[in-house]
Amino acid sequence: MVTVLFFARIREQLGVDRLSLALPEGAVSLGAFKLQLLANNDASWAEVLLADNVVKAVNHQVVDDAYMLQDGDEIAFFPPVTGG
Amino acid sequence: MYALVSVQTQDFDVGAELAALREQSRQIGAVASFVGVVRDINEGQQVTSMELEHYPGMTESSISAIIEQASQRWQLLGARVIHRVGLLQATDQIVLVAVSSMHRGEAFSACEFIMDYLKARAPFWKKEQTPDGERWVDARCTDQSAAERWSEADH
Repeated sequence: MVTVLFFARIREQLGVDRLSLALPEGAVSLGAFKLQLLANNDASWAEVLLADNVVKAVNHQVVDDAYMLQDGDEIAFFPPVTGG
Repeated sequence: MYALVSVQTQDFDVGAELAALREQSRQIGAVASFVGVVRDINEGQQVTSMELEHYPGMTESSISAIIEQASQRWQLLGARVIHRVGLLQATDQIVLVAVSSMHRGEAFSACEFIMDYLKARAPFWKKEQTPDGERWVDARCTDQSAAERWSEADH
């Protein structure tokens, strides 16, 4: 299982803050996992999660779509940060 | 090196925090600090209040990593970072970055470095409440370039 978290504007647009999902068999990149996530949800998810400025993190580290996922990972999608 | 990071809803007392930082070492010759405050106007619109969301766990680890980077770059004795989350009102304090070192140059530079990287990297998001309703604050390119200029300075 992996945990998927959504924050801020993305959380509001998708209407969900957390998912717990089984990771498919074999080696899975974050990009492939994201496409599967889109396939299993409403069409509106593509526009939100494929936007250029979406930041992706795995286990609290910012990564790109080539990152290879492992069971137990915590995956997060969020907009550009605006703290401080 | 002493380092303490807090993400909290409650306000902070800058004087008490600086005094606590100074107590960590008798070698300290300089303390530099920055306090960020909620402005009452942003992009021409009145801001009545602001909701700050963050990513628990990643927020703390990313700020700690930024302090670690600063400590590799400058000789520091201590760092204290507090960032508030939740509902804040105009004129409220949002963030404190305080750095101690033997001499002022390190403290000034490291304080600005930590603040620049915090703005560009730490997972916080602001949503403003205005008379026209609420809006998510958009990231500013100038905040990214403020952080990037520190890596350009290495070349």
